[in-house]
Amino acid sequence: MGDSTRSHNSLVAIRGLSFARGDKKIFQDVSLYIERGKITAIMGPSGTGKTTLLKIIGGQLAPAKGSVMVDGKNVQRLRRAELFNLRKRIGMLFQSGALLTDMSVYDNVAFPLREHTRLPESMIRSLVLMKLQAVGLRGARSLMPNELSGGMARRVALARAIALDPMMIMYDEPFTGQDPISKGVLVHLIKSLNVTLGLTTIIVSHDVVETAHIADYIYVISDGKIIGEGTPEEIKHSTSPWVQQFMEGSADGPVHFHYPAKEFQNDLLATGKRY
Amino acid sequence: MMDFFQHLGKETRGGFTKLGRGTFFLFYTLKGLFSIVVRPRLLLNQMYSVGVLSCLIIAISGLFVGMVLGLQGYYILSDFGAEETLGLMVAASLVRELGPVVSALLFAGRAGSALTAEIGLMKATEQLSGMEMMAVDPIKRIITPRFVAGFLSMPLLVGLFSAIGVLGGQMVGSGMLGVDEGAYWSQMQANIDFYDDIVNGFIKSLVFGFIVSWIALFEGYDTVPTSEGVSRATTRTVVNSAFSILGLDFILTALMFGDD
Repeated sequence: MGDSTRSHNSLVAIRGLSFARGDKKIFQDVSLYIERGKITAIMGPSGTGKTTLLKIIGGQLAPAKGSVMVDGKNVQRLRRAELFNLRKRIGMLFQSGALLTDMSVYDNVAFPLREHTRLPESMIRSLVLMKLQAVGLRGARSLMPNELSGGMARRVALARAIALDPMMIMYDEPFTGQDPISKGVLVHLIKSLNVTLGLTTIIVSHDVVETAHIADYIYVISDGKIIGEGTPEEIKHSTSPWVQQFMEGSADGPVHFHYPAKEFQNDLLATGKRY
Repeated sequence: MMDFFQHLGKETRGGFTKLGRGTFFLFYTLKGLFSIVVRPRLLLNQMYSVGVLSCLIIAISGLFVGMVLGLQGYYILSDFGAEETLGLMVAASLVRELGPVVSALLFAGRAGSALTAEIGLMKATEQLSGMEMMAVDPIKRIITPRFVAGFLSMPLLVGLFSAIGVLGGQMVGSGMLGVDEGAYWSQMQANIDFYDDIVNGFIKSLVFGFIVSWIALFEGYDTVPTSEGVSRATTRTVVNSAFSILGLDFILTALMFGDD
């Protein structure tokens, strides 16, 4: 699919994005488009700034260069109140779940409703139970976050993320550290919520199999650049050695096994140094 | 030598930068005051965890401090045959100095450290980030209610500390050592001045409540989001609060009681 087609139908359009932390360049002139109603995956090894990208889209971090448009609005130019209004329409699932630990599952899901709406408690109850039912945890409503398994915590966070019926959900490493059953549940939930609620979904992940299974389009990022993009099928058959190494999980390749260091022999012979 | 100056320069600049961040933090915290007016329940919940839960430690410490004052005061005053003024000595020490200072130190250790650890862990577990992404301002929702709760709880806790301390002094003085009970109370009533003693002690407690809450919340909010970072921040809260309380106490005492 051509870039122009994707950019026309995009909910999020990132153009010429550059971002650095100190001296380390995280992104250099990155452009990508997230299509409406689709599941777009952003993949790449740990430390490539995938989470940073989500924070830039959500306006928590500002890029050094380039523009980030979400639903036609330039995120960096929005005033705080406008940015908060935009965020009400974006759900985000953090890697840790980020549930409020002093509240029960029920209160966590009710939190955005109580903060942003003036609905009566009876209606909030119905909404919370509907959202919890959607993630299969209606029976766990009275549990506290420390009583939940990692997979359950993410499902509760997912129920909370859809509480305000957002237009888009961003998932930050949803499958990391999950057992096969939880992974299966999350894969199913992400796909089914995307379809039934008509959401636009961004998944940031390095779990190749699960992500490729549900994504409509994949961007592969490394060293601050997009090194591959396409449908899962296209990515699978990519000729790029880097993309191949990532998809197949090879220990050595364009990404080296060793962190850059001086010659091993010289290093061993250097005496009198502590490190 | 150059290394030393470089290090000194870096530390100084770091200190000023942090002070600047702390000032902005305080500004945003105070800017959120209106949110408490709209939702007083947020404040009441925090008054409970910051203030009510500190009552026990304050009351017990106040009792022992009062009892020790009763004992020491009696031994010294009886040398001069002035044990009848024990009530005045105990009350003046408590209301002017020990009440505000010891309560504030205990408050920093009990509530301040808890606030830092709570906010620091909320940051480390992305709860604050999560709130921002849910379009909820964490300063308004989390920080401001805790700040105001700390600020308002402090004078009440100081009052409790001093009142129980006076009772402790009386328990020891009259109950154990035989000082006349009437003299104990009447000396206190006649010589403790409402403005000079009680109001000044009250002002001290407000200042200490302000400073301890600010330090505790800022250290939590500014923490490096790791276990070690939270642990260091908690330690800094207690140490910096103690220094600030004792330093400010000297300045306030010099300003308040200088003309007497």
